[in-house]
Amino acid sequence: MPYVVKRTGFYALVAFIVLFSIFPFYYAILTSLKSGTALFQINYLPVDFSLGNYEGVLSNGVFPLNILNSVIVAVTVVAISLFLAVTAAYALSRINFVGRGLLLLTILAVSMFPQIAVLAGLFEMVRWAGLYNTLFSLVFAYMIFTLPFTVWVLTTFMRDLPVEIEEAAIVDGASPFTIVMRVFLPLMWPALVTTGLLAFIAAWNEFLFALTFVSNNSTRTVPVAIALLSGASEQEIPWGTIMAASVIVTVPLIVLVLIFQRKIISGLTAGGVKG
Amino acid sequence: MAEVEAGVPPTETAFRVKRDEPRMRSDLSRQRLRSAWIFLAPMLLVLALVAGWPLLKTIWFSLTDASLSDLAGAKFVGLRNYYEYVDYGDGTGEYFGLLFDPAWWNAVWNTVSYTAISVSIETGLGLVFALVLNAEFKGRAMVRAAVLIPWAIPTIVSAKMWAWMMNDQFGILNDMLMHVGLISSPVAWTANPETAMWAVIIVDVWKTTPFMALLILAGLQMVPGDVYEAAKIDGIHPVKVFFKVTLPLIRPAILVAVIFRALDALRVFDLIYVLTPNNTQTKSMSVFAQENLFQFDKFAYGSAASTLLFLVIAFITLFYIKVARLDLGGRGG
Repeated sequence: MPYVVKRTGFYALVAFIVLFSIFPFYYAILTSLKSGTALFQINYLPVDFSLGNYEGVLSNGVFPLNILNSVIVAVTVVAISLFLAVTAAYALSRINFVGRGLLLLTILAVSMFPQIAVLAGLFEMVRWAGLYNTLFSLVFAYMIFTLPFTVWVLTTFMRDLPVEIEEAAIVDGASPFTIVMRVFLPLMWPALVTTGLLAFIAAWNEFLFALTFVSNNSTRTVPVAIALLSGASEQEIPWGTIMAASVIVTVPLIVLVLIFQRKIISGLTAGGVKG
Repeated sequence: MAEVEAGVPPTETAFRVKRDEPRMRSDLSRQRLRSAWIFLAPMLLVLALVAGWPLLKTIWFSLTDASLSDLAGAKFVGLRNYYEYVDYGDGTGEYFGLLFDPAWWNAVWNTVSYTAISVSIETGLGLVFALVLNAEFKGRAMVRAAVLIPWAIPTIVSAKMWAWMMNDQFGILNDMLMHVGLISSPVAWTANPETAMWAVIIVDVWKTTPFMALLILAGLQMVPGDVYEAAKIDGIHPVKVFFKVTLPLIRPAILVAVIFRALDALRVFDLIYVLTPNNTQTKSMSVFAQENLFQFDKFAYGSAASTLLFLVIAFITLFYIKVARLDLGGRGG
C-alpha cells in the first residue's frame, strides 16, 4: 500500500512540474489561434483554429522587420563574442602569466554588472559615436553580457583539455595563433555550440538597451516591439496579436533548446557550479 | 672576454650548448607570454569600452547637473544629487537628494523584498524539481525538456503571457482559482496594489525555477551513489539521509545558484516594466533609474540612482561571498 501511495504521489508531482512548466505557453498558443469575441471566453482546450492573428501581425509592416533586426543583432553578437572569447580563453587557460586569477575574477565581476549602472555612460557614448537608432549600438552594448560569459565558459572548457594535444604543435614551432585555430578550434565545437546558443538567446531576449538606444519602430528588436504592441486605445489591448507575435518569436528558441538540451544544461552548469 | 676554464679548449659548440638551451626555453615562454597579451587585448579593450568607461561616466554624471538634452555641458556639482541641505535662512531648512527621496527608498525596499521572496521560493521549488529530476523514472528526459521551456521564453513574452492569464476579466488564473474555491471574486492581479508584487513574483518564480533546478541537479549528480547505498544498508530513514548527507554535499551548488539568481533579481527591469507599468508597489531600483534618466529628464539624478544601485549590489555580493565563504576565484584559475 505505502509503495502505491508513494508512486502515485511521485507521479502527481511529476505531472505538476510538467503542467507548471508548459501550461502558460500552451495557453498563449491557444489564445493566438482565437479570433474575435472567442478571445474573451475562457477555454482550457482548443476550440478555435484561426490564423488571423498570425496574418495580422506578419502583415502589419514593421514586425517582420523587427524579427530580421533581432536575427542580425543576435548573430553578429554571437560571431564577434565567440571570436574574441576563443583567443582570450586560450591565453587564460593555457598560458601562465602574472595576474591571471585577478583577470578572471574581473571578467566574472563584469558578468554580474547591473546593466543600468552603465546605461547613462553607454548612452552618451552611443550618441557621441552617431550610433543612436542603429543596430550597431545594440551589437556593441550586448558585448557587456555575452563576452564575460563566453570567455568564462570557454576558459573552463579549454583548461580541461590535456596538455599533450598542444605539445606536438609547440615542438613543431607552430605559432600560438595557429595552435588556437588548427589544434583547439576543431576540438571545441561542442563548447562553441553551447556558448554560442546561450549568447544568442541572451541577445535575442535583451530589453533594456534595446528600449533605450533605439527609438525608431523599424529599427527595434522583437522584445521591444512586443512590449509596445498596442491597440487603438488604452483599453483595447490586442491580446490575440500579442500572443501570435509571442509564439512566433518563442517557437524557434524552444526548438533550439529542445534540440541542444544536453549541451545547454552542461553549459549552464559550467558557468555556475564548481566541477 | 669570456672566462675559460683551464684545461678546457674554448670551442664554439661548448659555449652554444651551455647558453642556448635556457635561452630557447625562455624565448618560447616569452613568445607565449607576448601572444597571451595580444590575444587578451581585443577582449579587454571591448570590455573596457563597454563596461569600464561607461561605469566611470555614469558615476561622473551623478556628480553633475547633466540633462538629457545637454550632456556635454554638464557641470560638476559635488554630491548634490545624493545629498543637499537647503537653508531657508530663517533657521529652517530641508534635505534634498536621492538619500532623502522616499521614492528611491521605496524602490530599494521593493527590489530587496522581491529578491528575498522570489529567490527563496525558487530555491525551495528548484530543490524539489531537482530531486524529482534526479530520480529514475520513465520519461525523465521529456520532463527535463519541459522544464527548460520557461527558461527559453523571453522575459518580455512571459510577462505578456502572464499579464493575459492574470487579466481581471478574462484571465484564466482567476477562473482556475475560483473553480477551486481559493478566491470568491476575480482579482485584478497586476493593477491591485496588494497583489501587484505577488504577480511579479509568480512570473519570476515560473520563469527562473528551471534554472535553479538545473544548477542544483548538477550538484546532486556529483554526489556519489555509494553514499546512498551505505545509508540504505544502515537502514537510515531517507528524510534523515537527505538532511544529513545530501543537503550538506550540495550546499556549495545551492549557494552559487543563489548568488547568481540574487544578482540577477536585484537588477530586475524588464519583467516589472512590462507586467506592472507605473506601479509604485513594484517599482524596482533599475526602473526608478531608467525613468529618471530617460523619461523625467533628470539625467544626473538617474545616474546617481544607477551608481547607488551598483554600490548596493557590489556590497551585497561581497557580503554574501564572505558569509557563505564561496570559493569563486579557485574555479577559474
